[in-house]
Amino acid sequence: MDKVMSNKKMIALYVLPSLILILAIVYIPIVLTGYYGLNEWNGIGPMKFVGLDNYTTLMKDSKFWDSAKHSLLLAVFSALSLIVYLAIAMVLAAKLKGANLFRKIYLIPMLLSSVAIAQLWLKIYHPTSGIMNTFLESLGVNNPPAWLAEPSLVLLALFIPILWQYAGFYILIYYAALKNIPTSLEEAAKIDGATSLQIAYKIKLPLVLEVIKVTIVLAVVGSLKYFDLIYVMTDGGPNGASEVMASYMYHTAFRAYDFGYGSAIGFALLIICLVATWIIRKLTVTKDTIQYS
Amino acid sequence: MMSVGQADAGAMSPKEASARRIGYVVLYIILIAVAVLQLFPLVWLLLFSLKNNQEVFSLPPFAIPTHPRWENYRKVWEAGNIDQYFINSVWLTAVSTALTVILASLVTYAITRMRWKGSSLVLGLFMVAMMIPVHSTLIPLFSMFNRANLTDSPVSLILTYVAFNMPITIMILLGFYYALPKEVEEAAVIDGCSVNRMFFRIVFPMTSSVLATTAIINMIYNWNEFIFVNTFISSDTLKTLTVGVQNFIGQYTTDWGAIGATLMISILPILITFLFLSDRIVEGIAAGSVKG
Repeated sequence: MDKVMSNKKMIALYVLPSLILILAIVYIPIVLTGYYGLNEWNGIGPMKFVGLDNYTTLMKDSKFWDSAKHSLLLAVFSALSLIVYLAIAMVLAAKLKGANLFRKIYLIPMLLSSVAIAQLWLKIYHPTSGIMNTFLESLGVNNPPAWLAEPSLVLLALFIPILWQYAGFYILIYYAALKNIPTSLEEAAKIDGATSLQIAYKIKLPLVLEVIKVTIVLAVVGSLKYFDLIYVMTDGGPNGASEVMASYMYHTAFRAYDFGYGSAIGFALLIICLVATWIIRKLTVTKDTIQYS
Repeated sequence: MMSVGQADAGAMSPKEASARRIGYVVLYIILIAVAVLQLFPLVWLLLFSLKNNQEVFSLPPFAIPTHPRWENYRKVWEAGNIDQYFINSVWLTAVSTALTVILASLVTYAITRMRWKGSSLVLGLFMVAMMIPVHSTLIPLFSMFNRANLTDSPVSLILTYVAFNMPITIMILLGFYYALPKEVEEAAVIDGCSVNRMFFRIVFPMTSSVLATTAIINMIYNWNEFIFVNTFISSDTLKTLTVGVQNFIGQYTTDWGAIGATLMISILPILITFLFLSDRIVEGIAAGSVKG
């Protein structure tokens, strides 16, 4: 067995195609992004090495920091919304009939393409015929706003469909984690006279803490690099009010043909995502990981 | 299966039981409210895809059209290249998914069964790749494909789809491979079975259920992919449904029925798949996100 299973040729045959592919498509481009960022380049012509120029410009670029602020705001919103998702998952996991059906229904928006969702929400926000304003008018609101055209409202208006899209995903993850808790624990606590709230807070929450950490990373990093809905719905507008880091990178490279500076933004995005992951991991380190069962 | 509410009711005083019942009603109201929020936009989409503009503007939003205008669907299917986009999406999704699942199975087999230095390093490379934002790779990928004359070619899409979906596929497969009993394989080796034969004849078929799960997850991601097609592909005849729909709708900004029908056509394959395979999809998404 050992001899057959350590045949170098076979191992290479099984591993190399995938390994080469991931190096070529994911890792080499990451390094190249950092390098392109050191150049002045329109994407087609020759590159001109300019050292750290792009990166120093980036540090002073108020447009970049605005876009970073918008991305960060989305990250905060997404992270806070996790509390709601966890609460819903706890309700679902309380042995209710139909829980399985509910979690499936919740998941549907996440399975659809961002383009379709974005186009649908463009219609929902339509100033006169969209269901958002029709609904507000039926509640007696006069002159509801043109959501996507108001610089002060556009970010909020974009966050709602993004949260809508991913709600089911996080509820599903929490539900799966909660279902893994042995029921004997809950029963024992009940016999000792614990209330449902106490059980949720003192027993279930600590047990799904690891999963909560993973979802915080997913939500924050996912938000920092978020692109799709915003690109289709507002394209960063009006006047940059909804520009996020990824859309700023895209516009700089593929609209303004400033590939050097665009690469610098892309590299900054990568670093920011990795640093955010690291910080969240650090902040959420618990000294004593609880192990029941 | 009895719910806890009913099971416990017998042991409680009537007062407690009714308090508990009210509690359950409140919980159900919350769950139903969330479900309504998640589904209403889609129901509304279906409704306006069957209306003309006059009906959209004059009827209440959730009014069911008296004469559903199915011709909206025929109109958008025949106009433009929606059918072409559809076919492109189908074959790109199929090829990328098949390649990802096969390549990821080979790697997972090598990592869980074969003895070699660097196996944990390679696994680490695949897992870390999940944290890397695709947008940071976009410019170099564009210029690499440009130099290799692969922009505006489906090859660029297949390569990127396979590479970016490989990590999550391996992650889902890993758990299954670790749990797979090795006795059969040991017996096969003693009988002189080659590695290839063992993998393709014994192991690969044994993983068919998890393969189905990963295939569906891949299918959904590939079908919905937007940014790579949008960046790499410029010929209309090579575009996929997601990007094609985006361009197509641009021409119909004022025709609500046509836009609704186009969107419905683009999401229907996913909705139908979900209807039949929701358990596998749920399982795949849960497995692909947490075990990290």
